[in-house]
Amino acid sequence: MPELDQIMQWLGVVVVAAPALAAVLLGLAALVGRKPQEVTVTRALQAANATGLLAAVAVLAYMLIGGSRHVVVELGDWVLIPPHEYHFAVKFVFDRLSVPLTILSFVLGGTIGAFARSYLHREGGFNRFFALYALFMLGMVVTSLAGTIETLFAGWELVGLSSALLVAFFQERPGPARNGLRVWVVYRVADAAFLLAAVVMHNLLDSQGGDFDKLLGAGPVSWPEGHATVTAGQALIVGLLLLVAAAGKSGLVPFSGWLPRAMEGPTPSSAVFYGALSVHLGAYLLLRVSPLLALSEWLCGIIVALGLVTALFAYLAASVQTDIKSALSFASLSQVGVIVAEIGAVNLIGIPDLLYLPLIHLLGHACLRTLQFVRAPTLLQDYRTLENAIGDRLPRRGGPLDRLATLPVRTWLYRLALERGYLDALLADYVVTPFVRVLRWCDGLERRWTDFLSGQASRESDQVKPYTGRFEELS
Amino acid sequence: MNLLHLPWLELAIGVSLLGALCVSRIRTPGLAARWGLAFTGTAFVCAFLAWLAFYQRVPTEALLHYSWQPYLFGRQVLAVDSLSAPLVPAVALLHFLTALATARTKMRRFSFSWSLASEALRLALFSTTEPWVLIGLLGLSTLPPLFELVNRGKPIRVYALHMGLFMVLLVAGWSLVQQGGHHTEQTAWAAVPLLAAVLVRCGTVPVHCWLTDWFENASFGNAVLFVAPLVGVYVAVRLVLPIAPDWVLQSIGVVSLATAVYAAGMAVIQREARRFFAYLFLSHSSLVLVGLELVGTRPSAASISLTGALCLWFSVTLSLGGFGLTLRALEARYGRLSLTGYHGLYEQSPTLALCFLLTGLASVGFPCTLGFVSTDILVDGAVQVNLLLGIAVVAAAALNGIAVVRAYFLLFTGARHSSTVSLRAGKRERVAVLTLAVLILGGGLFPQPGVNSRHEAAEKILQEREREHPHARPKTADAQLKGEEPHTPG
Repeated sequence: MPELDQIMQWLGVVVVAAPALAAVLLGLAALVGRKPQEVTVTRALQAANATGLLAAVAVLAYMLIGGSRHVVVELGDWVLIPPHEYHFAVKFVFDRLSVPLTILSFVLGGTIGAFARSYLHREGGFNRFFALYALFMLGMVVTSLAGTIETLFAGWELVGLSSALLVAFFQERPGPARNGLRVWVVYRVADAAFLLAAVVMHNLLDSQGGDFDKLLGAGPVSWPEGHATVTAGQALIVGLLLLVAAAGKSGLVPFSGWLPRAMEGPTPSSAVFYGALSVHLGAYLLLRVSPLLALSEWLCGIIVALGLVTALFAYLAASVQTDIKSALSFASLSQVGVIVAEIGAVNLIGIPDLLYLPLIHLLGHACLRTLQFVRAPTLLQDYRTLENAIGDRLPRRGGPLDRLATLPVRTWLYRLALERGYLDALLADYVVTPFVRVLRWCDGLERRWTDFLSGQASRESDQVKPYTGRFEELS
Repeated sequence: MNLLHLPWLELAIGVSLLGALCVSRIRTPGLAARWGLAFTGTAFVCAFLAWLAFYQRVPTEALLHYSWQPYLFGRQVLAVDSLSAPLVPAVALLHFLTALATARTKMRRFSFSWSLASEALRLALFSTTEPWVLIGLLGLSTLPPLFELVNRGKPIRVYALHMGLFMVLLVAGWSLVQQGGHHTEQTAWAAVPLLAAVLVRCGTVPVHCWLTDWFENASFGNAVLFVAPLVGVYVAVRLVLPIAPDWVLQSIGVVSLATAVYAAGMAVIQREARRFFAYLFLSHSSLVLVGLELVGTRPSAASISLTGALCLWFSVTLSLGGFGLTLRALEARYGRLSLTGYHGLYEQSPTLALCFLLTGLASVGFPCTLGFVSTDILVDGAVQVNLLLGIAVVAAAALNGIAVVRAYFLLFTGARHSSTVSLRAGKRERVAVLTLAVLILGGGLFPQPGVNSRHEAAEKILQEREREHPHARPKTADAQLKGEEPHTPG
């Protein structure tokens, strides 16, 4: 008869394998051009969610009963270049940080999956939505449970791609596609910072790989305890890279512009991605590497400042939004900013046990925001019901700024909030436009050079125009 | 007699040559396509068996028993080794899949006979280590594209000038190397023209315009086949890497890194799909060269960075080959594709949309694909050398990722168009792109065998380099203690 530890190992594998199987099945169906029925798709996803959730709860029960706070599921070396020159281990860790987020992912994923089944019934892209949704769930579970930084990066990328493609879900209109691209661009910047952090971390640990247990000194103790084995300077470099990654993923300043744009996607994905799960991934990453952050006071200070600035900015922006999803997205961001500031502050004062505070804040906020997002399409109906019940208009209360600030200041703040802190404009004017202009100028130079070499106009592609008519007319 | 003892490599080359001759006699495009497909398919099977024979460690004597090489050349000139073993079937597979996925509307334009002739030359090129034979084959392989441009009535000057320069530099460089003999300093300077030749053939900035021009004017199928195997990198590994001093490799690295970032940026702003593909390809081939450069920058990271470069090479060949085939299938339906507006092609061609995304993201190193581990190993090697170098490599990869998804959104999203005929991927196209998808995902999910193979090749290359440059790689700590040579697997 297998030992209890061995059963836990298997259950740990099931937690990851269940969403992986769903993603593979739905992905393969799309790849070979099969279109399974709606009921088949939703049942497959429900089964995967239920299996994963039950396995995760069983692991939690084992941890609580057995007193273990750190269950490691090692799947071995995915890639190993001898003699230990390069090492990519696949390892999942169940601890007091990863288990709550995993269970939350399954619960919210299942709830929103059930909601989306009705919401998207007979929608043209039903199967596409659920295939991407399965990919997202896999990414979330892998990210939550990752025991090495490379594994976390793999999950992180899956979450990013599925999010960007779901923002562009209503693909007949160019708006969602444009916004999907914006989301993807910010995610790529975040991913680049993350990849660099992962590799730097890998090199700092020499032959030990990007193993969190070794890097963060968790080993026999588990999160939130631990002591990183790098110097303060190294912690600052890696921590800053990870902060950029977290800022991109969670929409912290200056990357906040993508968050309201992401609301172009269907409500279920907005709820679970930008209200509940993926918007918190940045904060989760900072929680995971807390022992590293604690080594550098400067880093903690920067994190606190970034969190507070984001919270303030998001509060102002949320106050002036005219559609409910945008207002909710900024409200969500303001809470994420507070969570990030809490993480920085706790690491600054150096009491690891207080890290439960941002974790509980994260979990509670995710649940509340999911509920608000799924209720958003019926907001007007809810208002009408309330007003009918009280027999009057709902009272409108001014914010604290009404009392504290003078009119010119309020006007300035109003414009700032309405323009979303000019963040998009600043990035567009000072980063994107110069980048595109320089490269277009180079493109022009290249055209002149090839024209000169070939002695005639060398670019047939300049004549190619986007086609807008019926395809038959091409032939 | 064991089946694997047959000279499969020679058979693959012979079948391609025979096919080129036979198909050139056929005037009906449909019939030529069928015969072309049969010959490329047979050549692929032969190349695959040659690879299998290599990994089954069939002794050279057994292979030579039935070989015609001793009768023709008096010695063995063509053979697969650890570097070329997977590249030879990969090249044959790309040719086969390109022939398979050729749409009926394109059969008249795509020359199957020239494609088969090019395949024979490429298979021979990737199977030889003899410098002058390699140089001769490189020269011959530049001719079919030239004939294609002439046949299509397109301007040839840009291509001819660059390829002419490439050949002159290559011949001059290798002549100087031979004259230098064992004089290290003279050989070092002789490596400069060779270095320049590699940069021209790889399309490194500022001598890269021939590649975009080639994509403008050639048929897309032949354009992809000409560039996807990264012949320039092969020249660098065979001719430059063994003899070049560190500063020459570092020079390659600097210009390649600049090219990788520049081309990735250019791919982001392109307004037409072929040019976008050309820049995407340029960026990736330059990243492979960056991996080679790291050998000269920090000897202790030589093995890891070279393994990363070789993994990336194989990954780029397959993923960008598949990406090119997907774009080609789209072009066959909708004509040249502009990237200035939204085309809304998803509803018409969902499988092609998925393959576009899969192959494109595989090339930029997305998780679970062939490129993921390659990119990670390469970045790892780069960061070991210098953090800024790592940042540049990651920046290039990030820009390439943005370029791929931007192109996806522009091509596949937007207002739907009506069509009374089905524009979905045909059976043959589906088989072609799905085959590559399976290889990309399979290699991504189970990367260890591929990485082992590339690591073995990297070690062999480094040993060869150590013979010329004894300081090229420090011994490992254990080896130094025992007074042994560095560890070599296999």
